[in-house]
Amino acid sequence: MPDKIAVIGDKDSVLAFKAVGVEVFDATTAEQAVALLKKMTAERYAVVFIAESLAEQIPETLAKAKLQTYPAVVPIPTGRTPSGFGMQGIKSDVEKAIGVDVIFNKEDKQ
Amino acid sequence: MAVMNVNPTRMEMKRLQQRLKTATRGHKLLKDKTDEMIRRFIDLAEQNKRLREQTEQELCAALNAFAEARAVTDARATEEAILMPSRQVSLTCSKRKVMGIDVPSMQVADSGGELYPYSFLTVTPKLDDSLRGLNGVLLRLVELAETEKTCNMLAEEIEKNKRRVNALENIMIPQLTETIRYIKMKLDESERAATVRLMKVKDMINK
Repeated sequence: MPDKIAVIGDKDSVLAFKAVGVEVFDATTAEQAVALLKKMTAERYAVVFIAESLAEQIPETLAKAKLQTYPAVVPIPTGRTPSGFGMQGIKSDVEKAIGVDVIFNKEDKQ
Repeated sequence: MAVMNVNPTRMEMKRLQQRLKTATRGHKLLKDKTDEMIRRFIDLAEQNKRLREQTEQELCAALNAFAEARAVTDARATEEAILMPSRQVSLTCSKRKVMGIDVPSMQVADSGGELYPYSFLTVTPKLDDSLRGLNGVLLRLVELAETEKTCNMLAEEIEKNKRRVNALENIMIPQLTETIRYIKMKLDESERAATVRLMKVKDMINK
């Protein structure tokens, strides 16, 4: 079973994760991120956190990663505020499963 | 709906009737499965959203604190301070079944080393705050990863299942019904033809 956690992102924003014992991988371009993700899928990584700014650039790779049980690829915010990319992911999941977005729409009406 | 290319015989009709029965039963079962999956999915998606909102906030706060800590001390000193962490986070992972799909289930097992692996002399206390925050949010992040993955996979499965239900409902079942009707008509027709033929023959003999 996979048991490792990793973070992919530009060095400045993800360096902090190193201190809490998570493996940190430096990537600034989409190609680097794709190559790293490919490597991690083959190895024993259970969770890969990826910076939102990078995740936005590689939708196909993320879609492919969704189909496997491991690793779970999760976009995380690294800037000062969340960019909303992660929320967009949940929204598209709901739309895919139910047809309309019942969760986010509900709140808009309230 | 097109009639299937079959021989209009009684045996074929029996076979098709059996298939129709299976298809109808399968359709009902799959539909029930979709309903249950959607019910679970909605719960999970709501939980996912809540978790994400919370973690994103906390994570941003921790990372901002870290950026501030780096800004006030020498960049090299900060890097040096955290370059050799004394903790190692690993996960205990297994697979869980949710509606017949394998979803991940994870538990954080950290090695319990010192959270601040540096001398307090060279870095600011801001770094301590940031690391404490990050360490706290890490547990939640793993939970988020688990929930999000489950949601992803469930959404995928629901879509697949819907397609199966639609194929059964709109293609398979009408096609079978139509073909059975066609065979029945053919058989009735040939039966009538046989009766008429007999009557004609009888007439001819009587004359």
